[in-house]
Amino acid sequence: MNDSLTIFAKDMLGSLRDLAPIVLVIAVFQVFVVGGSAEELLALAGGAIPVVLGLTFFIFGLRLALFPIGEGLAHSLAERGSVFWLVTFAFALGFGTTFAEPALMAVADEAAEVAAEANVIAATDAARDGYAWGLRLTVAVAVGVALVAGVFRILVNWSLPVMIIGGYLLVLLLTYVAPEEIVGIAYDSGGVTTSTVTVPLVTALGVGLASSLKGRNPMSDGFGLIALASLTPILFVLVFGMVMQWT
Amino acid sequence: MILDSLRFIADSAVDVLPIAVFLFVFQRLVIGAPMANRKNIVIGFVFVVVGLGLFLIGLERTLFPLGRLMAQQLTDPAFLREAAALPGQVLGWRDYYWVYLFALAIGFSTTLAEPALIAVSMKANMVSGGAVGVWGLRVAVAIGVGVGVSLGCYRIISGLPLHYFIAAGYLVVIAQTCMAPKAMIPLAYDSGGVTTSTVTVPLITALGLGLAEVVPGRSPVLDGFGLVAFASVFPIISVLAYGQFALLRERASKAARRGRVTKLSSTTKT
Repeated sequence: MNDSLTIFAKDMLGSLRDLAPIVLVIAVFQVFVVGGSAEELLALAGGAIPVVLGLTFFIFGLRLALFPIGEGLAHSLAERGSVFWLVTFAFALGFGTTFAEPALMAVADEAAEVAAEANVIAATDAARDGYAWGLRLTVAVAVGVALVAGVFRILVNWSLPVMIIGGYLLVLLLTYVAPEEIVGIAYDSGGVTTSTVTVPLVTALGVGLASSLKGRNPMSDGFGLIALASLTPILFVLVFGMVMQWT
Repeated sequence: MILDSLRFIADSAVDVLPIAVFLFVFQRLVIGAPMANRKNIVIGFVFVVVGLGLFLIGLERTLFPLGRLMAQQLTDPAFLREAAALPGQVLGWRDYYWVYLFALAIGFSTTLAEPALIAVSMKANMVSGGAVGVWGLRVAVAIGVGVGVSLGCYRIISGLPLHYFIAAGYLVVIAQTCMAPKAMIPLAYDSGGVTTSTVTVPLITALGLGLAEVVPGRSPVLDGFGLVAFASVFPIISVLAYGQFALLRERASKAARRGRVTKLSSTTKT
């Protein structure tokens, strides 16, 4: 019990150090550039307290649950040697966590608004909802496919740079073909998919898999899943934009 | 306040619960064996849920509104004209220097607080046997995001096409990939995706939309997005550079050690 208390205290100090820069930046700009009041500074300090506590709790839980669970599952799946279940797990994890991601819902709603303004879809609620739903589905499938590709890469030792750079070349090519208003949304959708809970799980999955396979190095083979999960949504959303325009 | 915290914690539980249920069901049905350390894992999930809830309520309550307000104030043409001492004149891209500085500082500092990045750095540190420092990697990523967001603001102000910058960024990445230590490459690619999660995205999106609204000739729809893309490319560059730097330092220290050893052996001979 004492041990976990020391770890907790250490985590708390770490969180304080992690958050100090943000508070400092906002406070300095507030005081010296835009000329804010003392009241706002006090509110800032008050708001920082739950943030520090929250970050400490999260890191504590991360070590206790998210890392062991991701790695444990990767180990057991590798031991069973079933590529089918491994791939199913990867797809379900990517698809499920992305489809339920609140940040993605916000982006999808905004994108539907943009599409209605650009006359790609009718300006009715039904059309907007359908568009937003389609976009969410597209991004979720993209992340599922990315994790499957990433797990496959670790199994058969494909080159990550070739996959990533090839993928971005394709993105560049599609940028010229896709409708203009989808480009910004597509590029940003690569960033919103990787949430705070998914990233540790996915990282633990990759590293756990690479360390339980013979001839794979967890450092040079275990990472790369997140990179793929940031790439495929751009590709898929660009294609989605093209399809929506043609139909 | 307490009711609000509870609501945020409930929200984060709703986000995390499906993932937890999926993991438990998969473990039960496919693996068959019960999870090792089940008690710890359940406690850990509770900490994750409560932690995320508290973290988000603090951000939503004070940091985000203040950050958004400042993004608005800093992009306000009246403020910029006054700062540049150009009352009533058209602003050139140079007159937005407060925006660039703010973008750099906010990109850097929000990235340091990004929980997902902390998780990846911890894992990388463990896996590399301490060769990749937790703090070193995070600072490298944060520098990349800061520079990226700053450049992204310049793009919005200047109106140059987004893909020029992204393509140029990836050209640099390709060149670095050929030279950087091989073990660093996947981690560097990952750090591009990790940066943009809970803390960074809301603040830089507000900055982008605010800028696109006030700069003449820009539309929020076409130009407001895209800052996240900048924040995803530039960390790859900075982390690859960090890897190259670490490699050089290691070589230098090895060479120095070798020098000392030869010196030692020569003294024992005489």
